[in-house]
Amino acid sequence: MLGFQPDDEQQLIRDTVAEFAREQIRPLAHDADETGLSPPSVVRQAWDLGLVQSTIPEAYGGVGAESSAVTGSLICEELAWGDLALALHILSPQLVTYPVIMLGTPEQKAQILSCYAGPHFTAGTAAVMEPRFDFDLNALTTTAEQHNGEFVLNGTKCFVPLAADATHLLVYARGDNGITAFLLPQDTPGLSIGEREKNMGLKAVATYELSLDNCRVPASSQLQGDIQPVLNRSRVALSAMAVGVARAAYEYAREYAKERRAFGTAIAQKQAIAFMLAEMATEIDAARLLVWEAAWKIDTGADATREACLAKNYAATMVLTVTDNAVQTLGGHGYIRDHPVELWLRNGRGFATFEGLAII
Amino acid sequence: MIDFSLSPAVKKNRDLIHAVADGTMRPISREYDEREHEKPTEWLNMMWEASKDMVSFGEGKQKKGADRKAEMVERHPSERTIRSAVLIEELSWGDVGLYLSIPHPALGGAAVAAAGTPEQKERFLSRFRDGEPKWGAMAITEPGCGSDSAALTTTAVQDGDQWVINGTKIFCTSGLMAAEKSEGFVVVWATLDKSAGRAGIKAFVVDHHTPGMTVAKVEDKMGIRASDTAMLVFEDCRIPLDNILGQAEVKQSTTGFKGVMATFDATRPLVAASAIGVARAAVDYVRETIEAAGITIRYTTPPTKLTTLERDFMEMEANLQAARLLTWRAAWMLDQGIQNNLEASMAKAKAGSMVTQVTQKAVELLGPLGYSRKTLLEKWMRDAKISDIYEGTQQINLLIIARRILGYSSQELN
Ligand SMILES: Cc1cc2nc3c(=O)[nH]c(=O)nc-3n(C[C@H](O)[C@H](O)[C@H](O)COP(=O)(O)OP(=O)(O)OC[C@H]3O[C@@H](n4cnc5c(N)ncnc54)[C@H](O)[C@@H]3O)c2cc1C
Ligand SMILES: Cc1cc2nc3c(=O)[nH]c(=O)nc-3n(C[C@H](O)[C@H](O)[C@H](O)COP(=O)(O)OP(=O)(O)OC[C@H]3O[C@@H](n4cnc5c(N)ncnc54)[C@H](O)[C@@H]3O)c2cc1C
Repeated sequence: MLGFQPDDEQQLIRDTVAEFAREQIRPLAHDADETGLSPPSVVRQAWDLGLVQSTIPEAYGGVGAESSAVTGSLICEELAWGDLALALHILSPQLVTYPVIMLGTPEQKAQILSCYAGPHFTAGTAAVMEPRFDFDLNALTTTAEQHNGEFVLNGTKCFVPLAADATHLLVYARGDNGITAFLLPQDTPGLSIGEREKNMGLKAVATYELSLDNCRVPASSQLQGDIQPVLNRSRVALSAMAVGVARAAYEYAREYAKERRAFGTAIAQKQAIAFMLAEMATEIDAARLLVWEAAWKIDTGADATREACLAKNYAATMVLTVTDNAVQTLGGHGYIRDHPVELWLRNGRGFATFEGLAII
Repeated sequence: MIDFSLSPAVKKNRDLIHAVADGTMRPISREYDEREHEKPTEWLNMMWEASKDMVSFGEGKQKKGADRKAEMVERHPSERTIRSAVLIEELSWGDVGLYLSIPHPALGGAAVAAAGTPEQKERFLSRFRDGEPKWGAMAITEPGCGSDSAALTTTAVQDGDQWVINGTKIFCTSGLMAAEKSEGFVVVWATLDKSAGRAGIKAFVVDHHTPGMTVAKVEDKMGIRASDTAMLVFEDCRIPLDNILGQAEVKQSTTGFKGVMATFDATRPLVAASAIGVARAAVDYVRETIEAAGITIRYTTPPTKLTTLERDFMEMEANLQAARLLTWRAAWMLDQGIQNNLEASMAKAKAGSMVTQVTQKAVELLGPLGYSRKTLLEKWMRDAKISDIYEGTQQINLLIIARRILGYSSQELN
């Protein structure tokens, strides 16, 4: 039956993560963006929250909690509200753990999951995107050819978070039957990690280009089964993060508009500003509900591809409009890096492009 | 719980009403668009008989089949508004003009239900349980004021044991049916004391055929033509003293005005639901048309690689669903007894702009088919626009949202 309230446990998780984002992430976001460094203390503290370990089965050292996509979307929104780059960093091991939990063979699970259930943050990552203007998940140019019981991978990937430190990389490629993915240890011959990328946003999280040059991997490294559910969880995660970034920008702009005076009143008392804020608030809620619905559908076990795609496109458009309006609300001050709104716009701009950078 | 599934009871109701919409509304939809000012009497009679058990009528119908209702209420203690929203979406999918013309206490009934005494509820609403079809209506808007309802000039003056009402009301939905064509009633907003502003504004129930109340005009409209929109003139119209809803004293506070305004928190999600029904009609029609042409929407393809048609269609679908979820949330909050003033206006604002954009885009996408009166799409576009105007225009709902999120009073932001 219809309901719009997280249950008690979800609310507890949400509150905990929200507090962490407010107290630990947000205060460091500006410097992290300026310096291009993820503060190790935040990564360590976030690890101690147990977000990553919690959904790893007990048999592999985790907590074995149910991996609800709805709960995941609550977590993603709050972390991204704190800072998108740090949120991606903190959750990056899930780029490996989730697909393995969902699709991995017992051997793959045994081999991989326990690496991410220890007392310290361990980087894991996924290589999904490719440096092309017409990048399309359905038409990857990275290929996986089967050859004498192994696969040969060729192609170039970009936007691979923490690739240089990652224990495992999940590489997405085009196989005989469409999109497929392989678990590669860092030192796989033929896999070379390039320079750290320089992007408009997401500066605090190190991302890399990487190339696969006749990279031979055993058939046992391939993830089996339908990959769409994995992609849907990634779509929902990114959409929820877009909602978090948008909400951060909206809240900041709203408070600024109540303080800033022009022509004898607070600028929030001008309809041009007030209506913009009203639309921002409405669109954020609309996008969140679409995300929740897609997540809920995932949790019911039904195919949520359509819902996840619609939610992602909607959230990607929404976050851009909202963060842009937030900069606009601050006028010239919005353009100055002392205020965080321009950072949110730079980060928000990416969602239309991002694929596979987070998963829940 | 976060859950997006409707209960089996609501789904069952929905399927029933969908069959009614598809089987009885669609076939006469075009006819009563073209024969403006004529009523589909047979259909209205049928709805009057059938709807007594199907559609939520507010307090007015609670005694009808009291036991059965009580049982239902017990089983689903908190689904009333959601159920209404879902059913109204179906009826509006059938034809929103016809839906609005169904014999029903409507907004007038909602005001009586919200602000009336038990005696008033019995006196005005019990009549909707049986007999001939009847209509209720609400008259707020005047030639000189619409959005700014606090500026209304219709007056009510006490004279012995009667109120004497003078003024002109326009755009009253079902005003003709309520005032002159049935044993219905009109809830009229008037001021007892202009100098008191909002505090002086009260709602009065004027019974059908009360001398001094005349229907001066029935408007010709762009859409929702099956629904009559009337101008009512009140000239020394005398009604009993106990036809006032709420207190007669003009207090310094504006709680009375706010009380009546609060009915909008209940009705805005339903107007939004109606907009969603119209939008869904258009989206369904576009989907059927393009599917018949062999086009499949590639949901997983990045927007930049889609055809414009696919991209527009996906945007329509997402916008429709976004508005529906905002609406369901506002309705659900009401059912849970949670204050929903902000969320009701969000739903109404979003649904109003969504249905306008979606239906206009649908006409564009289907080219000559969309523009032709051979199909219903162009009608839906004409029908849609009203959703962004009545029950608070887009701008008025944005104002309400803005005041809420900023913590401003109506003096601070207007
Ligand atoms: C890179 C840069 C270079 C600049 N160069 C110069 C320069 O060389 N010389 C110089 O003098 N200035 C310069 N400026 C300042 C620039 O002109 C101002 O930032 C601009 O005029 C807006 O003023 P503000 O930032 O104080 O915003 P505010 O006036 O505080 O406005 C904030 C928001 O409120 C809105 N707003 C304000 N009043 C109203 C109203 N009545 N109704 C509706 N909305 C309203 C604005 O549109 C804006 O969205 C520069 C700014 C930047 C960022
Ligand atoms: C078919 C139909 C049925 C109707 N049914 C009923 C009914 O049953 N009962 C009833 O009482 N009324 C009814 N109405 C009236 C309807 O509620 C009003 O038309 C509506 O409230 C707008 O008022 P208005 O037309 O006077 O426009 P105005 O108030 O004159 O508004 C004109 C424009 O100015 C904008 N505007 C107004 N104030 C502000 C502001 N403060 N800030 C920014 N913009 C503003 C509005 O959004 C609008 O765009 C109906 C109207 C129609 C067309």
